[in-house]
Amino acid sequence: MPREGILVPNPYERITDEQIRQIHRASLQILLDPGLICFSKKAAEIFHSNGAEVTTTSSGDNPCWNIKIPEKLVIEALDSAPKTVKLGARNPDNALIMKGDEPRVYFISGSETNIWLDVDFPAYVKKSDRSIEIKVPEFHPRRATVADLCQSAHVCEHLETLDGYIRTVNIQDADITEDNKDVNKFFASLNNTTKHFMSGLTKLEQLDNVVRMAELIAGGKEALQENPIISFITCLVKSPLQFVEDTTDAFIEICRRGLPTAVSSSPQAGTTAPIKEAGIMAQINAEVLAGITLGQLVNKGTPLLYGSVPVMARMDTLGDSYGAVETSQYNIDCVQMARFYKIPNYSTSGVCDTKIPGQQSSIERLFSDIVVTLSGPQFLHCAYGLLDCNAVFCLLQAVLDDAHFQMLKFFLKTPRINQQELAETMKQIREVVETPQKLYIRYIRQVMRSGEISAPYPFEGDGESDSVFALAYQRMNELLAKPVEHIDPDTTAKIFQEIPGLLPRLNVYKEGK
Amino acid sequence: MTEGDIIVRLKENVIQGRKNQDEEGIDEKLSGTPGVVELTRLALEKKILLEEIINALTAGMTVVGEKYSSKEYFIPDMLASAEAVGEAMEILKPILEAANVETKGKFAIATVQGDIHDIGKNIVAILLRGAGYEVNDLGTDVPTEKIVDFVKKESPDYLGLSALLTTTMTEMGVVIEALKDSGLRDRVKVLIGGAAVSDEYAQEIGADAYCVDGFHAIKVLDSFQQAKTS
Repeated sequence: MPREGILVPNPYERITDEQIRQIHRASLQILLDPGLICFSKKAAEIFHSNGAEVTTTSSGDNPCWNIKIPEKLVIEALDSAPKTVKLGARNPDNALIMKGDEPRVYFISGSETNIWLDVDFPAYVKKSDRSIEIKVPEFHPRRATVADLCQSAHVCEHLETLDGYIRTVNIQDADITEDNKDVNKFFASLNNTTKHFMSGLTKLEQLDNVVRMAELIAGGKEALQENPIISFITCLVKSPLQFVEDTTDAFIEICRRGLPTAVSSSPQAGTTAPIKEAGIMAQINAEVLAGITLGQLVNKGTPLLYGSVPVMARMDTLGDSYGAVETSQYNIDCVQMARFYKIPNYSTSGVCDTKIPGQQSSIERLFSDIVVTLSGPQFLHCAYGLLDCNAVFCLLQAVLDDAHFQMLKFFLKTPRINQQELAETMKQIREVVETPQKLYIRYIRQVMRSGEISAPYPFEGDGESDSVFALAYQRMNELLAKPVEHIDPDTTAKIFQEIPGLLPRLNVYKEGK
Repeated sequence: MTEGDIIVRLKENVIQGRKNQDEEGIDEKLSGTPGVVELTRLALEKKILLEEIINALTAGMTVVGEKYSSKEYFIPDMLASAEAVGEAMEILKPILEAANVETKGKFAIATVQGDIHDIGKNIVAILLRGAGYEVNDLGTDVPTEKIVDFVKKESPDYLGLSALLTTTMTEMGVVIEALKDSGLRDRVKVLIGGAAVSDEYAQEIGADAYCVDGFHAIKVLDSFQQAKTS
């Protein structure tokens, strides 16, 4: 049985059906005029051989092509793109089934930060009364390592609400190079979680090693197609409207192998996309449609997700503002566009602008997590633990995020109001009004243990104390102390034998470990 | 069922909060089996010593208290267990009286005049009954004269006054003054509770204690009992 996710009964819609059609038509026009600049020769050839108008142009010293994609190609691609996408998992019970027309949300981590935020709790003594000592959390940023990636996959495995795992950090150990980064990040993650794993690819040359590793774990080539335990995220279109060479080439090869891929675009309203909602929506939709069209031209029927990471620009720095309300608006619009095409959506929420966990972080992430979830994206890349836009990952924050996703999941439970429930409670009402105390308390217990009553906030302090961070830190360490279901010894041995570049220290069965 | 079985089951059913055989408790397997009421009656039929029966009930409540402290149990569980023990004590009451065994103490409780809120009052009553006190619940919106009259006639050891509203909490002071006027104040310890009141308010009106909740009320009464016996 795959994971259930959470079905949003009546998804929130920001834009009307007519506005969706208007965006769709505008995007089709953009794909024709001005079209896209393409830095990938392979992509230009594929478009050209399928009837798109491709003209050679130039951008500095780099050869590039202008591609005008006719509506027919886009419509055919939208027809052939699967409407249901399965993201498998090492533990088949953790598989995710995403239907483009069903607003069933799966919460997944993200993204790939350079910085890992450590936390500790040094003690401070009050100046005016030295008998009073308090512990205050302090956060220390440092470059992320492969050990951190293992830790975060380990904790995410045990986070109840997290349905799948996107690699959280960019591994930057001294012995990690561009050549061995992919195999190590895939192995470190897959070896520490049995949930679905999605990642970007650093180097195209490593694709076959990564796929072979996944085949060994899944039980063979066909088994991997049946149970795709890995998927890829590719930002092949750089805004505005440019196919990037390396990512586009990687995307083409991934599509050839038929593995699930999120076609993602991340324009920034104000700089790389128009500041107005209509403009950024028409552009991001065109960019994603261009990617989907290319993917389907490469391999008809290859599973793709409509990926959207639109963001608002900050007016003070022109940097990204994921905490801006507009960012959530754009994401919800994208959810609606993907649903219009019936293609599962990869959406974004929960990224905050602030650099450390705290009140601003809680407000920004909770706001977007709630509103975007209510719109019903299938794959919600919801930034467990991410801070400072996409620059920092904090495990403590991921544990805090799990708590509010529990609330959100509970909130979205289907209301249990039916004739049987009403009949039972009518009986209770009649019984209770006959008693001297007139209390319904005795009926609570059964319901309480059936999971129908929401749990209190798990990091609630006693009295007037705010112990949220301390309690979440305790929880984080409890999760880290839980066992990890590693890949079995035989498969691990095969992986280390066949896949070059793996760091020996990642082999948990190695003598001395 | 042997005598030993009855005692073990009595304790277990208190922990499960199963007043009688119709209650489900937590362990579904117990459904339909005798609860605290049936087991208490059976224990009496089998002539099991009163002390053993009460020890089983108390031991069950001790476990419930521990489970509550460790957050395994919540207030509804405590109340279910306390209610079950309260029912058992009602069954044992005539036998205890015949044997000249005194209850832990006599406790009267009322929501004061003008206030009809009684959730807290009822919870306190259930918990104290489960803790072995003899409880008389005078109800809600109880006129001061009725409370004073009850104290005069029934001589409770303790009087609990409850009020939710800031507009009605002043009635608590009125009751205490009326007890003084009737020469009864020294005969009864007055405890107050409710959302509107506080420790400071208890001192201000001359009450003996302020109780935050039912569990606190048990502790306060137990400490008064201890002081009395020592």
